[in-house]
Amino acid sequence: MNNEKTGFFDKPKNIQRMLYVFYGVCVLLLLLDLFISRHIYHPWEKLTGFYPLYGFVGCVLLVVVAKWMRLFLMRPETYYDKEED
Amino acid sequence: MSELPPFILFYLGAFFVALTQGLLRKVLLIAIPVIGFAMLWQTPAGSYASFSLLQFELELFRVDKLSIIFGYLFNIAAFIAIVYALHVRDSLQQVSSLLYAGSALGAVFAGDLLTLFIFWELLAITSVFLIWARRNNRAYAAGLRYLVIHIVSGLIFLAGIVVYYTEHGSLAFNYIGLHGISGYLIFIAFGIKCAFPLVHNWLTDAYPESTPTGTVFLSAFTTKVAVCALVRAYPGTEALVYIGATMACFPIFFAVIENDLRRVLAYSLINQLGFMVVGIGIGTELAINGAVAHAFTDVIFKGLLFMSMGAVLMMTNRINGSELGGLYKSMPKTTILCIVGAASISAFPLFSGFVSKSMVMSAALNNNHPWVWLILLFASAGVFHHAGIKIPYFAFFAHDSGIRTQDPPRNMLVAMTIAAVLCVAIGVFPGVLYQFLPFDSKYTPYDITHVLTQLQLLFFSALAFVWLNLRKIYPPELPSVNLDVDWLYRKLFPSVCMKALDKCNTLTARLQRKAISGIDSLLNQARSGGRSSGFMLQSWSTGRIVSWVVGLLALYLAIAFLH
Repeated sequence: MNNEKTGFFDKPKNIQRMLYVFYGVCVLLLLLDLFISRHIYHPWEKLTGFYPLYGFVGCVLLVVVAKWMRLFLMRPETYYDKEED
Repeated sequence: MSELPPFILFYLGAFFVALTQGLLRKVLLIAIPVIGFAMLWQTPAGSYASFSLLQFELELFRVDKLSIIFGYLFNIAAFIAIVYALHVRDSLQQVSSLLYAGSALGAVFAGDLLTLFIFWELLAITSVFLIWARRNNRAYAAGLRYLVIHIVSGLIFLAGIVVYYTEHGSLAFNYIGLHGISGYLIFIAFGIKCAFPLVHNWLTDAYPESTPTGTVFLSAFTTKVAVCALVRAYPGTEALVYIGATMACFPIFFAVIENDLRRVLAYSLINQLGFMVVGIGIGTELAINGAVAHAFTDVIFKGLLFMSMGAVLMMTNRINGSELGGLYKSMPKTTILCIVGAASISAFPLFSGFVSKSMVMSAALNNNHPWVWLILLFASAGVFHHAGIKIPYFAFFAHDSGIRTQDPPRNMLVAMTIAAVLCVAIGVFPGVLYQFLPFDSKYTPYDITHVLTQLQLLFFSALAFVWLNLRKIYPPELPSVNLDVDWLYRKLFPSVCMKALDKCNTLTARLQRKAISGIDSLLNQARSGGRSSGFMLQSWSTGRIVSWVVGLLALYLAIAFLH
């Protein structure tokens, strides 16, 4: 028998709600870019949505490249063990 | 009294800690950094404990704006780490951690190169026991590699000092710059300790093998001593800008695919060092302030993250992302404290990373390094990805691993809480930190542009994480090791050596066989002397011998005459 309380994050509904809030904040931040005149230090920054775009694309690239690196960097956990025992 | 070099307090403290036990030992342990901080607070800028040794002028305790902020920082870090490790009953760890913290203080206050060199080596020797204290084969081997690399760094440093002294006739430790052989030698020595690319691997190899409490000490001191030394000796060295940008960038790729969560933090430690090194390389007042401020905040938030992962390791005996998950239910306090650390390292507004990292970023942009700025921006998004999201997510959320445990002992929670409070306090009141920086700072981190752009960057990095997860593109945590530079000296070099040794062995065996067969044939010839034709048994007539002797004497005479 399981007497354990169900955690907040055990309910998919809660997670879905949190995600909606999160998406909402993302949209809001993107919209703010249109209304707030940011201080521009460098021409690249002029592009509307430069920071959101850079953050999103940068992270997707990071993960894709890192995943590709696994092809030639990943070894079993015991790879170095023989020498060190 | 306040003119006593701070390392003496820690060394004496270590001696008495070794002699005591129980409550008295705990009180002593806590009192040392508190007294150290108070004494430092009352020490005005100046040069203390100077004396001459042979023809060298040594200065054990130089207090200026650079050394004192590291002095404060190391006392705070030692205090937090000591509270965190208060439950540990292991004299080896407690004594060596005090000696280690003392050596770090000795190094940052050193006014001459010889004193710095001595503490440079002591840092390595005292800290390796914190790795060996894990008491298993892996930790022993990793500790040995760590020690060898740091001793090598020390030897290069010593060679640099010898050349420097012959060039300059002084051992005073001030600006050195990349001039002459000594400048490069000392730069390499500092670079090894600062985990420059290609010589960074000692850090990611050894730190995660230490004890849960030992890693907290390790993460605070060694690399920050190197940062302090670089600020003093190489400010404005352009090479550092590119080295730092590389350091900020490449470890995040390794961190994304690394399974051991403390090793993920070790990679992100190098990534944060990258920001400091870029700041030192730019060398303007704002950039140097940024580097020092970031060293300060990094010690505290990285310490907090290492503490939270240490708590997970201690309570569950596991640290691999592939084996953890769902711990938020049984370790709720640790979860919240870890998230504070994660928010700080990710530089969320109102957390400490935001007010320090942004100084370096602004300096890069102001000083015509737009590409470096772009790389640092990528690194900022990346650090949020692997340290800000990955660490808390895979440890405390993700799938439920079924592990049921509880929050760690109270002292560990107290230490983490102190660090978390400092993270938020510095983030909300950055002026408190700024007033201690080496240069007067008029920098204001909180303006609408800066807050908005940072939030945009972070939220859309998080969006990328969510999207990749929902699309099942995000790489799962897998039980594995990833090859890094250490492969060269853990696999390639030993295997090349083994092959060379094998070759040598076969060659020796062949030579032996040849020699033996040669001797055999000689013996056979000798034995065949039973017949009178045998070479060795031929009898020589007296006349023949006399003619040989006469011939030799004549030759001798001729040579003497010609001479």
